[in-house]
Amino acid sequence: MTFKQMFTSSVGKKLVMGFTGLFLVLFLIVHVGLNACIWANDGGEMFNKGAHFMGANWVPRLLEVGLFAGLILHIIQGLMVEFSNRSKRAIKYDVAFGNRGSKWYSRSMGLLGILILIFLISHLAHFWIPNRSAQGFVGLEGEIDLYTKMKDTFTGDSWQVMVTILVYVVGCIALGFHLAHGVQSACRTFGLSNPKWIAVVSALGYAYAIIVPLMFALMPLSFHFGWID
Amino acid sequence: MEHQNINLKLKVWRQKNSTDKGGFETYDVKNISQEMSFLEMFDVLNEELIAEDKDPIAFDHDCREGICGMCSMYINGRPHGPWEANTTCQLHMRAFSEGETIVVEPWRANAFPIIKDLMVDRTAFDRIIQAGGYISVNTGNAVDANALPIEKAKADASFAAAACIGCGACVAACKNSSAMLFLSAKAAHLNLLPQGQPERKTRVMNMVAQMDKEGFGACTNTGACEAVCPKEISITNIARLNLDYTCAGLVSDK
Repeated sequence: MTFKQMFTSSVGKKLVMGFTGLFLVLFLIVHVGLNACIWANDGGEMFNKGAHFMGANWVPRLLEVGLFAGLILHIIQGLMVEFSNRSKRAIKYDVAFGNRGSKWYSRSMGLLGILILIFLISHLAHFWIPNRSAQGFVGLEGEIDLYTKMKDTFTGDSWQVMVTILVYVVGCIALGFHLAHGVQSACRTFGLSNPKWIAVVSALGYAYAIIVPLMFALMPLSFHFGWID
Repeated sequence: MEHQNINLKLKVWRQKNSTDKGGFETYDVKNISQEMSFLEMFDVLNEELIAEDKDPIAFDHDCREGICGMCSMYINGRPHGPWEANTTCQLHMRAFSEGETIVVEPWRANAFPIIKDLMVDRTAFDRIIQAGGYISVNTGNAVDANALPIEKAKADASFAAAACIGCGACVAACKNSSAMLFLSAKAAHLNLLPQGQPERKTRVMNMVAQMDKEGFGACTNTGACEAVCPKEISITNIARLNLDYTCAGLVSDK
């Protein structure tokens, strides 16, 4: 079996989904950790130091290239697997099996992924693109004040702000359900069959799926409701 | 339980042949003993249809005791009907109540084309087994059963996987029409035993390649297959297969 045969087989495609997914899970830990600095409530001093470290340093900037590669691979492969799987039953059932045998979010990874993608596009347009364009995309100098940018994005009562907050909160909820299935599913795809470890991984997966998206969702809300300034 | 006869409405998928478009037809079945099996109820209905000079409903069945894997009805949105760890032939009419409408559909998957009515072609499963679901042994006298010690836990896990009757309920229940529960059970029952080791890597590689060729979907670990399996095959077998496949793919020469 060549590597090509391996990674284009149904099992191999899931391996790609699992590895890229787990990589993104690791990225979110870094992201949520750095962003949590906004709650230092020091006018963004600590947060901007963290943002500066990530944005004006070659190491995280190179890792960022890998991050985008993993992300794009996860999205494209995910959509391809989803469409391929959907095409395997040309005539649908009259009565659906529904929630009797599986969780709705386990069956809706494609839909949840698309919701996260919508959020992601909006999120990149708010922060990453303005910041990198100020740096000329390849440069390290000239970052914008991301804390102020965050504050401006989420403060106020205009409909634009409301829509933005809605997109962020819905994106975070979708992320939570996506992870609730994704973490343990990825581990099964890697071949984890030991019941003790499946229990550990499932528990960790659920905890991660609740804590991380909840922290992310609280960030726009913290600015909007003036819990921090 | 008190004996009762019930009247039911059956909404059944009728399709003349593999190229016919097909559609649902509704039948009233009267005076059905609740002690009948689901297939016996179909026998009664078919007798009536024959008496009326109509085409009886074609459905697969053989042993009618839950071990052959032939019966394959998707009843009220669930393969093999409402009972847990049960085949259609073992489903009894006491699972239903007076006046109920029961929707009966064939297994739906592109890899299981409909032959007629509720009968589907499951030879794709045979070809997956032919691709690697075997061991090669020298002929001659059988080796003494105790000559090769096998860990009890592994023997049990292998036996549990070997309980798969190949009915296809896993494919029918899966949103992706994936055959991974079937395939992994057939691979695990050999891979867990010493006799299965020589062909372990080629087995999983060839079986997965054949599964993909047959047009089954990819597994997304939703667990719907495990929930309907009449033999309660665990999805742990799928994880075992994933690991075997990955290892085989990484170390194979070509």
